[in-house]
Amino acid sequence: MTFSYHRAESVGDAIAAVSRDPNARFIAGGTNLVDLMKYDVERPGRLVDITRLPLKGFEQTGGGGLKIGALVPNSDLAYHPSIERDYPLLASAILAGASAQLRNAATTGGNLLQRTRCYYFYDVATPCNKREPGSGCSAMTGVNRIHAILGASDACIATHPSDMCVALAALGATVHVAGPDGERTIAFEDFHRLPGDEPQKDNTLAHGEMVTAVELPAPRFGANHSYLKLRDRLSYAFALVSVAAAIEMDGDVVGEARVALGGVAHKPWRDPKAEGLLKGQIPSSSAFAAVADSLLSGAEGHGANDFKIELAHRAIVRALGQAAAATPQVQSSKTVN
Amino acid sequence: MSTSQTTIDPPRPTSLTLTVNGELRTIEIEPSVTLLDLLRERLHLTGTKKGCDQGQCGACTVIVDGKRVNSCLQLAIMKDGCEVVTIEGLGAPGDLHPMQAAFIAHDAFQCGYCTPGQICSAVAMIDEGHATTSDEIRELMSGNLCRCGAYTNIVDAIEDVLSQRRRHLEAAE
Repeated sequence: MTFSYHRAESVGDAIAAVSRDPNARFIAGGTNLVDLMKYDVERPGRLVDITRLPLKGFEQTGGGGLKIGALVPNSDLAYHPSIERDYPLLASAILAGASAQLRNAATTGGNLLQRTRCYYFYDVATPCNKREPGSGCSAMTGVNRIHAILGASDACIATHPSDMCVALAALGATVHVAGPDGERTIAFEDFHRLPGDEPQKDNTLAHGEMVTAVELPAPRFGANHSYLKLRDRLSYAFALVSVAAAIEMDGDVVGEARVALGGVAHKPWRDPKAEGLLKGQIPSSSAFAAVADSLLSGAEGHGANDFKIELAHRAIVRALGQAAAATPQVQSSKTVN
Repeated sequence: MSTSQTTIDPPRPTSLTLTVNGELRTIEIEPSVTLLDLLRERLHLTGTKKGCDQGQCGACTVIVDGKRVNSCLQLAIMKDGCEVVTIEGLGAPGDLHPMQAAFIAHDAFQCGYCTPGQICSAVAMIDEGHATTSDEIRELMSGNLCRCGAYTNIVDAIEDVLSQRRRHLEAAE
């Protein structure tokens, strides 16, 4: 690891320092970037330290929402009283991810920008189109137990590893970005991308653009939510399949439902058409199964991950059941209620 | 206090100032040095262990500005001005931290390699205030692996310290 270092004094200074150097990267919590540098997967020539920038606050928005600074640590976000009270689905998803140490260091913006944990992406001795475009995908015919079943391409079957982002997708968050051409906002579903034939691009940010905040819309879904994460260990492991489920009831029937999946695609997976099937329905296992059928209609395994299709189906039905019953999965509980 | 330069280009050793276990230290380092390597190799505080060096095992856990973190994933240069507590700063023979004493009393280790990280993590976890049940302790300590499998006794030791704390708080009321 050899790189020059610059401690940014302002957002503008940080953006200028990264924009003028194609080999420069922003660094904040560093929990993923430093790891990738040790593996020689990331080789930045310059690190621009943004940890001293004033992006650590929470701000109420005019529409009753909440704007979260990009440098708020994951743990502070999960335990923030407003998040615990108004966005418990988000708090739960964050606490399902990583370890307490990592959540203390990792930031809100960095969580969005973390890279896949595909074994081949991390192993520089193997071909990987995400790491080395055009070199091939080793996972396609290799060990692909953890890989994508939805939205993959011939070039890449990697998944996005975040839990937090699955909840942000379900809640319909907005990402605030600043770059050399000014500021803009990106709807959460447009922030991460599918691999297509450019799997080296995880998201729609341009070089030099920086996440400055994540905005949550006004709180909804009351007590009817659950984040259900299934993995190979009971804690501190990435999801094989996770489900963020939220339901807004209208009397005895569903007014609106949200279902986002983690661990199954290159981005948190949502399908408004599948969610729409629940509208006006009385919550039931058969109604939830119809949503699962629709969400997974295009699902395709690659051998070792074929099991994820059935696992996802069952997890969707179970998480929607937990949401409907207002008995969300508790992350310290090691049984699924 | 911040003494290091804000731009180091090209990469070269630069001055960094940290408070480590209550003592102000100024050290020349390269930008690529991790906090873990700084503690072990430069300050000779070898209580903090290097296990995986990838943020997966928790053996390198130290407390930075009151928060437990994996020191292997922190670049030391970015911690300029911070306050670091390692296992050496928690207690010493004859003057053990209650968590150190509880680990001994409950036989909460075998080889001992993960123990400094376990203890730093447990001390910070109690300060965080989110662990009350044994399930919560297990979940919030999952970033510290123990290959000897002393988990049961580690949870017992932490529960002991938690209940000591509760008794102190009740007595103070």
